[in-house]
Amino acid sequence: MKPPAEAQNFRHFDLKKKFRISESIIQALLFLAGILSIFTTLAIVYELGKEALLFFNIPDVTLGKFLGTTKWQPGIGQYGIWALVSATLVTSAIAMLISLPLGLASAIYLSEYASPKMRSILKPILEILAGIPTVVYGYFALLFITPILKSFLGDNIQVYNMLSAGLVMGIMILPLISSMSEDALSAVPRSLREGAYAMGATKLETSLQIVLPAALSGIGAAIIIGISRAVGETMIVAVAAGSGPNFSFNPLEAAETMTGHIARISGGDLSYNSIDYTSLFAIALMLFLVTLILNLISQWVVNKFREQYE
Amino acid sequence: MSNEKISYPEGADFYSALRARYRTAAIWLSIFLGSLLIAIIALTALIFNVIDGAFGYIAYEYKNPPTEFTSTPVNELTKEELLTVLKDNLSSGAYKKLDWEKPMESRTQADLLELFLERLVRIDTKGTWKMTESLLNGAEIRAEVAEKYPDAILEFRSWLTPQFLVSPMSSRAEFAGVRTAILGSLWLVGIAILFALPVGTGAAIYLQEYAPKNWFTRVIQTNINNLAGVPSIVYGMLGLALFVRVMEQFTSGAMFGVTDSNGRTVLSAGLTMGILVLPLIIINAQEAIKAVPDSLRQAAFGVGATRWQTIWHHVLPNALPGILTGSILALSRALGETAPLIVVGASTFISVDPDSPFSKFTALPIQIYQWTTRAQSEFHAIAASAIIVLLVLLLSLNATAILLRNRFQRRW
Amino acid sequence: MENNNYAIETNDLSIHYGRFTAVKSVNMKVERQKITAIIGPSGCGKSTLLRAFNRMNDFVPGCFVTGELLLDKQNLYGKTIDPVEVRRKIGMVFQKPNPFPKSIYENIAWGARINGFKGKMDDLVEQSLRAAALWDEVKDKLQESAYALSGGQQQRLCIARTIAIQPEIILMDEPASALDPISTLRIEELMQELKKNYTIIIVTHNMQQAARASDYTAMMMIDDKRAGSVIEFDDTKTIFMRPSDKRTEDYVTGRFG
Repeated sequence: MKPPAEAQNFRHFDLKKKFRISESIIQALLFLAGILSIFTTLAIVYELGKEALLFFNIPDVTLGKFLGTTKWQPGIGQYGIWALVSATLVTSAIAMLISLPLGLASAIYLSEYASPKMRSILKPILEILAGIPTVVYGYFALLFITPILKSFLGDNIQVYNMLSAGLVMGIMILPLISSMSEDALSAVPRSLREGAYAMGATKLETSLQIVLPAALSGIGAAIIIGISRAVGETMIVAVAAGSGPNFSFNPLEAAETMTGHIARISGGDLSYNSIDYTSLFAIALMLFLVTLILNLISQWVVNKFREQYE
Repeated sequence: MSNEKISYPEGADFYSALRARYRTAAIWLSIFLGSLLIAIIALTALIFNVIDGAFGYIAYEYKNPPTEFTSTPVNELTKEELLTVLKDNLSSGAYKKLDWEKPMESRTQADLLELFLERLVRIDTKGTWKMTESLLNGAEIRAEVAEKYPDAILEFRSWLTPQFLVSPMSSRAEFAGVRTAILGSLWLVGIAILFALPVGTGAAIYLQEYAPKNWFTRVIQTNINNLAGVPSIVYGMLGLALFVRVMEQFTSGAMFGVTDSNGRTVLSAGLTMGILVLPLIIINAQEAIKAVPDSLRQAAFGVGATRWQTIWHHVLPNALPGILTGSILALSRALGETAPLIVVGASTFISVDPDSPFSKFTALPIQIYQWTTRAQSEFHAIAASAIIVLLVLLLSLNATAILLRNRFQRRW
Repeated sequence: MENNNYAIETNDLSIHYGRFTAVKSVNMKVERQKITAIIGPSGCGKSTLLRAFNRMNDFVPGCFVTGELLLDKQNLYGKTIDPVEVRRKIGMVFQKPNPFPKSIYENIAWGARINGFKGKMDDLVEQSLRAAALWDEVKDKLQESAYALSGGQQQRLCIARTIAIQPEIILMDEPASALDPISTLRIEELMQELKKNYTIIIVTHNMQQAARASDYTAMMMIDDKRAGSVIEFDDTKTIFMRPSDKRTEDYVTGRFG
């Protein structure tokens, strides 16, 4: 049926790679968007590092004073970062003390016990809790929790105190711990639970002694992220924990965390190149590095955990 | 093996042991449920606390009784009467300034009445009470006020009123409103999303559709995940150093001929927020793009489409609802963020609406922070009202996101 | 006298998922200290039936059972029966080895401990591992993770932890399907050893395995409503040599499935 080859309208195909200029431009733009995040990190390190370096280059600021003393007032030559770190430690510790057991227990209930219907009611509640802006938690800490604490402890507790801020921070972090832990628990294969049940274990024995240990690394990642969140949290402590560095581990006292200090000082009149200004960047750099390390560890743990069950 | 059997409790022994095991289980179960209950109670207490703060008794006195200015009772004053009273009693400079901000004739009666009370009568608040106190101990409060401030007027007030939404800032809590703050927040979030949505979507497209699987891509990915966990105040410091200082020429508008501002503008703050929500938008957009099935791409490639044509005509339209949902969630994050704004330099007191990217600004969370940390209880009342406004905004944003998600449920 | 020879009996046992009947009217008498195989094409409800024997289906939402399942004249689905006690008496080995993420020692000790074992744990661990023909391979690394073992070793460890709690019956759900031929053979040898003390019910899709290893065989098949039922239950020899049902003959000779 074919016409003879001579009569065919012969067409040449050109399959050579064509250079499509618009495709290339678009791809270049997308690549730029992709690596912008790298520049963000570099910018954080560079800008924070540059100013922090100015601070540490002041002859009066020595590493010994920075890490070895406990009074922080750069304006008058006191550079003891522990005055701020102590408050960060206390508030974060209280927050973890609250959020870890509560979040973990909620996660176990949601993952192992709750019916789908129960879960569909309870999870949105936790999501709402997670979505409330931290400044609102600050209001709650100062104007609800503190008065309650005061009614129990009277004058033993100061109006601004680390306990109230820490407690509310714990409530703020609870949904995070709960949802990450629940993911970890749900990722434990069903066959492990069945293996335990088949040996005559109760639901509790299975949940606590088999599922929980199996999910431990995922829960560990949740804890680390929780700590990182607590260390970086600003508004609750800025509102409720107090303003003024105070080297103290007594949660009933007022003290200022690293974040709270940055917020208060930068919120006031701050002239560039002053020691107050550069010292804030030194603190911010510390915060960045600490949370960066915590986040990296957590990601590493999560990836290890995934490999285990894949 | 058979003697081993003796070692296990059998029959009645086994059952009593089992009962003990079930008792333990019941105790633990109540602990698990109790934890959730605590979370629920905390949420309830928080919401109750906010609502409780936004309504309640207020006792106030007039510094200058209204009768000094006019014979008409306060609540019967007409717009015209108010205009004359204001014109007669305010200093001409103050009147001109008000007229410049907004022509006096074009203001509503309510606006004018507020000006009259604020500037001339000058309310002096003696005390405020929360809603539950006011309702439960009303009699005691009335007795106390009558005894301490015989001249004071005591009334039950809702601090959250339409007037509160449209009034600008004021140094008096009774007259303060959140208009400037809401507009500031809108500018801020608008700039942030204008920057972060295209860049974030672009980055997600690059990572999902173009990026080779190598160490560099892994570094980018890890870096994005890390940035999502960087404390917001660190972003504030970045914004301060980069946008407020280094790029001052641009962010202050000096490049464009704006002369009356420094780098602490709504543009700097918006860009800072944009950088802050960028990782969230990228991660969400990546998920949305990942969910588009490969068969769709192969079909497009199969008819000779280029990679970009495939993405533009097939992948993006299908991923769009997911990308938008993620962006709305990022937006609500930006709406509630406070710390970076403090660092970047939100103004604590401005009554002029932001009208360009180079305006000074304040934002809802900043006002909440300011008012919460004031000592006087009337400021706590307007902080509570502002929180309600903020929460309602966030709630409607999230509801939109959920609707969007349900409306465009995946069709494959 | 007759009842004493039977470990488990079913009377019109049916298993339902909501309104769907997955397994219909099973009547079986499983003899003590014998190996009973359940065979049939995939999807015919073999595993569902096996899991009904120790109430593992309790965890499937919407799943319920009608009819009777008798162990020692007690209906295991009776109101007064505790499923935890049932599973303690009827152990189970699963398709894929599922050791706990604990040490080899703990894998065995855990079940014993929760069930109130009072004797010397070290002895129990050793006896159970010996009974599962695993002792010689692991005696020097009892504290190592069970995940370090090979698949076949893991499956024998799962058998060891099951016999450590001294059940009456051991259910095996295609225990060798995830294993290589040599490991499979070792499991089959082990089953012959175990039947001296235990009653074993095994689900398998491997016909040779059923023919080689079992004493009795139940043949299951699905009907047009996709409900599975036991169409023939007899001596393994009879099932494979002179089946009375045409469908069984087709299946065991490989003309079906």
